[in-house]
Amino acid sequence: MTGRSGRAWRTLILLLVLVFGTTACGSDELVVSAAASLTDAFSEIESAFEFSNPDVDVVLNFGGSSTLREQILEGAPVDVFASANSSNMDQLVAAGLVDGQPEVFARNSLQIAVPVDNPAGITGLEDFAREELLIGLCAETVPCGEFARTVLERATVAPALDTIEPDVRALLTKIAAGELDAGITYVTDVASAGGAVDGIEIPQSLNVVAAYPIAVVMDASHPAAAAAFVEFVLSVEGRAILDSYGFSSP
Amino acid sequence: MGCIGLAWFVVPLVALVARTPWSALPRILGSEIVSDALSLSLVTSVAATAVAAVLGIPLAWLMARVEFPGRALVRGLVTLPLVLPPVVGGAALLFALGRRGLVGEAISQATGLVLPFSTWGVIVANVFVAMPFLVITVEGALRNLDSRYEGAAATLGAGRWTVLRRVTVPMIGPSVVAGLVLCWARALGEFGATITFAGNLPGRTQTLPLAVFVALESDRDAAVALSLVMVAVSLVVLIVLRERWWKAL
Repeated sequence: MTGRSGRAWRTLILLLVLVFGTTACGSDELVVSAAASLTDAFSEIESAFEFSNPDVDVVLNFGGSSTLREQILEGAPVDVFASANSSNMDQLVAAGLVDGQPEVFARNSLQIAVPVDNPAGITGLEDFAREELLIGLCAETVPCGEFARTVLERATVAPALDTIEPDVRALLTKIAAGELDAGITYVTDVASAGGAVDGIEIPQSLNVVAAYPIAVVMDASHPAAAAAFVEFVLSVEGRAILDSYGFSSP
Repeated sequence: MGCIGLAWFVVPLVALVARTPWSALPRILGSEIVSDALSLSLVTSVAATAVAAVLGIPLAWLMARVEFPGRALVRGLVTLPLVLPPVVGGAALLFALGRRGLVGEAISQATGLVLPFSTWGVIVANVFVAMPFLVITVEGALRNLDSRYEGAAATLGAGRWTVLRRVTVPMIGPSVVAGLVLCWARALGEFGATITFAGNLPGRTQTLPLAVFVALESDRDAAVALSLVMVAVSLVVLIVLRERWWKAL
């Protein structure tokens, strides 16, 4: 092994050492599983928390709340769980996998999301029954899908669905790309899309208010850091970050 | 070391079988979601293999037999879907062939055909991800084939068509079959590009892997049962084909 291939090998080994070495013997890794709708807000909370707790390295694991719940039920090494509804959290409580009581830290509601300039001319929930449009919802198993179906039921609209997306971010991406004509997401998702999608209000009488509970997972590998993180989310500083992404107070 | 290698594949499968809810199996496998997903998976994976054969074998020929500038680049591009995360492939397909995509906008305006969220979209995603397996296998066979055999046949008076039929095809035939099988198997298991490009709707775009993914969160017994179906179908086809024709690899 000489010349070029020798150098390539040395580079590869160096890279491997860098990648694995830093994660293995670096600072404390606090794994936080959070609902997909918290992606932007929790990324900022992560930076703020790490700034005041430099010895803790927060690792965020985003996904549909039900996916995250399943991971914890299967024994994934998670320290903190932040769900977009109470039922996923309740299942963990029932399984004895939550340390203490979950606390609601934010609320959210739903909005119709459409591509910029609303090319299909969506005006309200009744358009979700139009066969000729491309309509998407989140899966029933994740909170945004469950809430969206409640809202449509209240409006007595049977949606003509073209896709059932695994989580709210996947749905939002397809709306932002203009591939779907409309979907139902959280108010905060429309806000965080930064103008990539437009939002259409759902009447208050039909809308759902989602409560987000957070808790330390039982047998967390870093219980102290986990408790500190939960406390930070519930603090004035955490509250302010959540506010800035459109979440309302608990 | 070989045993550890084998265990790497076998242990997860054993765990899957151990988790299987045998008593509930008939009920789950008889449900509409499962039969829809299974037939959709079979139809789309076979269709994708057919498309890959029509487009991929000529491409393999081009790469193996025709000298052209940038051939190394073409080889790299063909291998790319093998290493690219399928989700990235799906997103790229969406940007290319979506209703507002680079090419897709023209297609939908000209023909009214919208690929995302349709069964065609599933086939497109499958071809993108699975065709490299066929192209690479066939290209390798063509390159290893000593072209002097074809030359000898030609000097003995065989026409181009006869050479192809009597010399080339028999010699690379087993590799073509192997490539087709690999391509089909990859298409059957396709998940990431499909859910990103074609979405997920039972009966239209929800193939078996997507059904497993959805069921994992709502009905774990069903997810395990579906996984078992996938393992069984793949295993039977691969073993039968390997015994019959696939001695090349």
